[in-house]
Amino acid sequence: MSKKFWRQGEPFVWATGLALSLILFLTLLLFYVVTTNGLAVFWPKKVVLATLQDGRSLLGEIVQEEIIPHTDTRRLQFKIGNRDLYGLDFKWVDASEITSLTYPKDVHVLERQEYGNFYGYLSELEVKGIAPPVSGPNSLARTIAALEERKVEVHLLGKKIANLNRRVELLDHHLAKASYNNEDNTPAIAALKGEKNGLKTEFEALVSILGEKSAALATNQAIFSDANGQPKAIALVNIVRTYQPNNMSFFAKCGYYLERLRELFFDEPRESNTEGGLFPAIFGTVMLIFLMSILSFPLGVLAGIYLREYAKDGWLVKMVRIAVNNLAGIPSIVYGIFGLGFFVYGIGGSIDHFFFPERLPAPTFGTGGILWTSLTLGLLTVPVVIVATEEALGSIPPGIREGSQALAATKLQTLTKILLPMASPGILTGFILAMARAAGEVAPLMITGVVKLAPALPLDGVFPYLHLDRKFMHLGFHIYDIGFQSPNVEAAKPMVYVTTLLLILIVLAMTSTAIYLRNKMRQRHSVVDV
Amino acid sequence: MLTKDSAIIRIDNPQVEIEDLNLYYGTSQALKNLNFGIPAHQVTALIGPSGCGKSTLLRCINRMNDLVDGLHLEGLIKINGENINDPSLDVIELRRKVGMVFQKWNPFPKSIYENIVYGLRIAGIQDRTVLDEAAEKCLKKAALWDEVKDRLHQSAMGLSGGQMQRLCIARAIAVSPEIILMDEPCSALDPRSTSRIEDLIRELRGEYTIIIVTHNMQQAARISDYTAYMYLGELVEYGPTQTLFTMPGKKETEDYITGRFG
Repeated sequence: MSKKFWRQGEPFVWATGLALSLILFLTLLLFYVVTTNGLAVFWPKKVVLATLQDGRSLLGEIVQEEIIPHTDTRRLQFKIGNRDLYGLDFKWVDASEITSLTYPKDVHVLERQEYGNFYGYLSELEVKGIAPPVSGPNSLARTIAALEERKVEVHLLGKKIANLNRRVELLDHHLAKASYNNEDNTPAIAALKGEKNGLKTEFEALVSILGEKSAALATNQAIFSDANGQPKAIALVNIVRTYQPNNMSFFAKCGYYLERLRELFFDEPRESNTEGGLFPAIFGTVMLIFLMSILSFPLGVLAGIYLREYAKDGWLVKMVRIAVNNLAGIPSIVYGIFGLGFFVYGIGGSIDHFFFPERLPAPTFGTGGILWTSLTLGLLTVPVVIVATEEALGSIPPGIREGSQALAATKLQTLTKILLPMASPGILTGFILAMARAAGEVAPLMITGVVKLAPALPLDGVFPYLHLDRKFMHLGFHIYDIGFQSPNVEAAKPMVYVTTLLLILIVLAMTSTAIYLRNKMRQRHSVVDV
Repeated sequence: MLTKDSAIIRIDNPQVEIEDLNLYYGTSQALKNLNFGIPAHQVTALIGPSGCGKSTLLRCINRMNDLVDGLHLEGLIKINGENINDPSLDVIELRRKVGMVFQKWNPFPKSIYENIVYGLRIAGIQDRTVLDEAAEKCLKKAALWDEVKDRLHQSAMGLSGGQMQRLCIARAIAVSPEIILMDEPCSALDPRSTSRIEDLIRELRGEYTIIIVTHNMQQAARISDYTAYMYLGELVEYGPTQTLFTMPGKKETEDYITGRFG
């Protein structure tokens, strides 16, 4: 009986099923943890007023609860914010010390440009220049809204100054080049110098206007008091958003959630990346994958075609194949180091030497940038594309090739009209794998061009629009940076979840698009009837 | 018209002439000293046991063997008096003249229509009306028109095996070849489909020179005008099918066709 039982392979079926369920379980767990934590971050949490045994009290959100190990004592962690008052955002309190927990309706939560959240009660508004002074319910939010126009004005002024700055920088490059070539005294250069001086005076005028306007704006402030009645004046311009979580309807909370999502997708980060949006990082990630695809995809497909269709089988081709397969297994940090040495210092350094000598020793291309990162990632993914192309071409029945050539098609016609369309689903599969691998890499990026905070996007409205030499931000690096390198790791934790979720979603979106395309092609070019 | 000096007859004005043909795969010899001619607008069958070189010979006629590594050829193959292995001759031109149908049908994963006009498109013909006419004409010739006329633009992969093979014949006809090579076109088909293809071959014979490799002696007897019996790379006997099957000139041929051997 038992012999038959083993021979029929019942336990083997169980083992295969078990292996699959284990993998599924771990994947779903990962998704569950990331989505539940990531999606909950922006939902407004109630603010609790805890009165303690010593008579003091604190305001904040309850973050977690735990039993202290080896004791029976339960303790709660509060996010109390007000970093400028207390120094720390988070506080552990033993449950036994708490006498009461209440949810006061009139408590305000302020999201600020600096020092994180503020929890407290509004005492007084000191507003100038807005008539009539706003009072009554929601007075704070309405006053901030009334200042919006002036805030936008200041913001645009800042942008204008930044643009002026870039133009001056460009002129400086021209002038440096002229001086390097000993062409200092031509009329064209004199004109440039005049233009630069003009820009400089304009720049200084704008800076002083900006200073005045910001100072005027900063005088509008509100006085708050914290849980223990300590007063605190906060300039209204520093308040990004204000809400009263204990006094919000469900729909108000939904509105708040959507507003935070909008901020996430379209705004820049604040507070050393732990608050605000992720727009530059999303942009950088997507652009990196695009550039990488443009660089590596054609190269890999062409190499795969040569290996399968044109190269004569022999030991050399075998060696190349082994090498290509091994390339796919090299740790990515090695690619990063190669990219740094060869692309950044080697090629980039040479470009600087020959085309931008006047700027040296300040590097132009001889430093990390999105071009070098894309090339490095392209190198890392190209073996996957080569192998996929080769296998896709190899799986086409030989009869199809002969059929085409017997109809007087040349090898090239057979390749472009029959073989490549038929191989395209397989090639795309390889491409999807390559893209997914590239999107998940962080190590090689860190040394070839990713930075914590990039001052400008690699694509913008300033000539020449596409700035391949610029450094950029990336979601994967963002996770590492705010999760493990941030001075305030606890405060950054929600952002880590959100960023992770976003990165997963972006990879999912890109690969789903590719899979959709592949399935369409498969329907059109399949050898089997569909 | 025919002079019978041995078991191999001489054909006057042959369309395909094979002269002193020797072929080697590496060091092993696959075809040995073949000398014979194939007449125009007739069906010539190549028969013989597996491995006798009949498919190899067939694939020499449109230089399909060019694709094979380590193959070496001596002697001459002439079509209409022209040496097809002449370096100045364009192999593409040759294949336009000499079509081929394979043992395993190999339609492209495209629509029925695109399969038919593939050869024409490759030749640079773009005109839609020309392509449409050619598609209809060839499908009618291949006796497939009535079955597929309503689904010309559906995938050819949805056809049955016999239909696919007829599609492959139609596809070969579309480029207006003079000669059609058929490499065991019915060996993977059921009897009904086989008989349809045989009917088709008989109908096409007036217009094209057909050279067919077959394992099926009855088929050779039914459809061919001339038959060549090959054994181990040598041509044993060649003559009109009726003569070869009723009064074989050689003992080996008789043994093979009566089933005592092979």
